[in-house]
This record gives sequence, structure tokens and C-alpha cells, in this order.
Amino acid sequence: MIWPATKALMARDLRLLWRRRGDAMQPALLALLVVVLFALALGGEARALSKVASAVLWLAVLLAGLLSLDSLFRGDADDGSLEQWMLAPVPLGWLVLVRTFMHWSTTALPLLVAAPFLGELLHLPRNELPVLLASLGLGTPLLSLLGAVVAALTVGMRRSGILVALLALPLYVPVLVFGAGSVAAAAQGLDSTGALLLLAAGLVLALVLAPLAAAAAIRIALS
Amino acid sequence: MPAFPSDHPPLLAARGLAFARNEQPVFGPLDFAVDAGEALLVQGDNGAGKTTLLRVLAGLLRADSGDVSIDGRPATIGLRARAISYMGHLPALKADLTALENLDFLCGLHGRRRGQLPANAMAIVGLAGYEDILVRQLSAGQRKRLSLARLWLAPSPLWLLDEPYANLDLDGINLVNRMVQAHLRDGGAALLTTHGAYAAPPVRTRMLALERPS
Repeated sequence: MIWPATKALMARDLRLLWRRRGDAMQPALLALLVVVLFALALGGEARALSKVASAVLWLAVLLAGLLSLDSLFRGDADDGSLEQWMLAPVPLGWLVLVRTFMHWSTTALPLLVAAPFLGELLHLPRNELPVLLASLGLGTPLLSLLGAVVAALTVGMRRSGILVALLALPLYVPVLVFGAGSVAAAAQGLDSTGALLLLAAGLVLALVLAPLAAAAAIRIALS
Repeated sequence: MPAFPSDHPPLLAARGLAFARNEQPVFGPLDFAVDAGEALLVQGDNGAGKTTLLRVLAGLLRADSGDVSIDGRPATIGLRARAISYMGHLPALKADLTALENLDFLCGLHGRRRGQLPANAMAIVGLAGYEDILVRQLSAGQRKRLSLARLWLAPSPLWLLDEPYANLDLDGINLVNRMVQAHLRDGGAALLTTHGAYAAPPVRTRMLALERPS
């Protein structure tokens, strides 16, 4: 029962993404905008840029994720799809997890792929790139999962754009601190394993707990 | 009170079911039962709690008191998911997908009755030829028919239909009646809400009249 539902949901999300590909590009464009504007504002000076490159990249990815958070469950709540999810013989938490994974793979994953190029734009030192990619690879799914809980909490409201950002921010701060911190540590020649392991631990915890919390929040929001 | 002459427990039974919103009673306490092969017509004015009753039975809302049993067993989330198909006011269709893609997704989610194909179901509800049309281009009545096709494909024995006749033309109303009739013949049961202006399906029917609590 679970596998057909998972496959159907993935296929649906990919089709919807393709039909609305203009909207789907928005987060990536925002990230690109942040990076380019930062590079221009700092005058394109290689030394100044390379110092802040990793932090700027992390911020750009985080903001792009925040922008697309409201669309995670909004459409499905408005047209009644979430009701049918709740009544399906598949656990709601699992559907939430699959939906969040699809959301991550369509908003954060492209940025992850583009990160080396954006890094080049910001004169990111080459030796920092592996740590940056590792921290983004662990950090962005964690951000999506935390965001899913917040999006689920606000799904009953009509317009919740700024509220989502406000609620998500305190949850995002530790991820940003450890994510950007791991790259900063690597830049100073320190060991970044600790920060990465903490991110990984957070991701494991969120993988188990966030879908359950989001499912409970959806049930409350729609009752 | 031996309301059920057969030995079989009713497909759906509610005892003392009541629901209140912000301390204001919406309906209940209600006692009723539906056997396999029967339809229960829930009638009442606007605001009498018909939709709320169906949402409680489906498990979207939690009842304040009373209990619901399906086939004689207490209705848990898992049991409800397998036994109940709910068609509410929201169509649960994606406007940017075609009719057939929507059906494919909903079949994947809810499962599919053995031997039934989405394309056949579309023909049954009179949407043959609309398979590749985006749902945003369908009329309200056609969307309703698509929801009925989804219902037809679902494997659950118990249908909860909230205002199934709304938005449908005369032919569509007949279609709902024919579908309910066929479903009941296969040993299913259906609950239909209506505010009373429509013809009921020609099947063994019980009535449940809801009144706005004073």
C-alpha cells in the first residue's frame, strides 16, 4: 500500500513541477540574485569576497528555502488534497515525508548542484568547497524538515507568509550556525567534523520526528 | 430494540455520537446504523451539521462523545481508511494535472478496486474523451463527475457523500443514483447528505433528519 502511494505522490509532484516550471524556478533565482548582488556590493574584490563566500552561499540557500516554504502544503490544503491524504490507508506522516523530500529535491537540490558555480562567482577558496557541499547536503534537508513542521502549523491560515518566516527563523538559526560554522572552521584550518556530525545528528532526529509532528499539526489545523 | 434482524453487525453504527464546536453543540447525540446494501439519507437545513457529521464519521474531526463502529469493530484510523471513501465539498483535484493524471494519483493513494481501470471509470461517469484535458478547463459539474469516478475506483465498502448532487445536471443526478444503486448491490453502503430538494436513489433507504440545535 505504501509503495504505490509513494510512487503516485512523486509522479504527481514532478508533473505539477513541470506544468508550473516558471514558479518552480523562483527559489533558485532568488538565491542567484542574493549571490550576484552580494558580489556586486562588495565590489568584486576577491579577498573580501572569499572571506564571506561560504556564509553568503549558506544564507542564499536558506532564504530560497524560506521563500518556497509556504507552498509546501498550501495548495494541497486549499483544494482538499490534504483531506484525502488524511483518509488514505497510508500514514499521513509518511506522505508528509515524501512531499517534503520532493520539495527539497526540487528547491534545494538544484542549488546544491549549482553551489560550486556560485562559489566560483564569490571567489570561494577551492579547499572550502567539499566542506561547504557536505554541510549544505546535511543542512538543507534538515531545514526542509523543520520548515515542514512550521508550514503544517500555519496551513489553516489564509495568508501566512511572514508568520512562516518568523516561526521558522529560531529553528533555522542553529542549522545556519553549525552549517556556516563548519566551513568557517575549515577555512581556519580547524577540524569541521564536529559541526558536520551535529548536523547529521539533527537530520536523523528530524527525519523521524518532523513528519510525525507535521502530520499532527495538519490534523489539528484542518479540524 | 432489535433494529437489525440479521446476525451481521451493521456496516456502520453510531451510538450517542455528539459533536460540539466551542461548547456549542453542532449535532447529537445521534444513534443510527447502516447495513450493507442500504443507503442512509442525512437530511437537514443549512447549518444543521450534515457536513460535520460526515467529517466526524470519516475521521477528519474527533467526536466529543459516543462511538462509531464499522462491521461491529470500533472504528480506528486504519479501519476507517480501508472501509470509508469520503467525497466532500473540496474536490481534491489538482487544476494543473489532466483528469486521468488526477485519477491515477488518487488511485495510488487510496488503492483501486480489483478489475477497475481509471479509463473505464471516466467512461462510466460520462467523461470519455476528457482524459487529457487539464482539470482547470473542466466545469464544476465535470469536476464533480471526476470525483465520482475516483469514488467508483476506490475499494472501500462505505461511501460518505457530502451533497453529491450539487453542481450536477439531471443526467448527473441520475448517474449518482445509478452508481449508488450499483455500489449497494455489490454489498456496499452509502451515506448521502442532501437538503431534501433532490430525488433519492431508488434503493433501501433509511432517513436521518438533523435539526439545528436550539
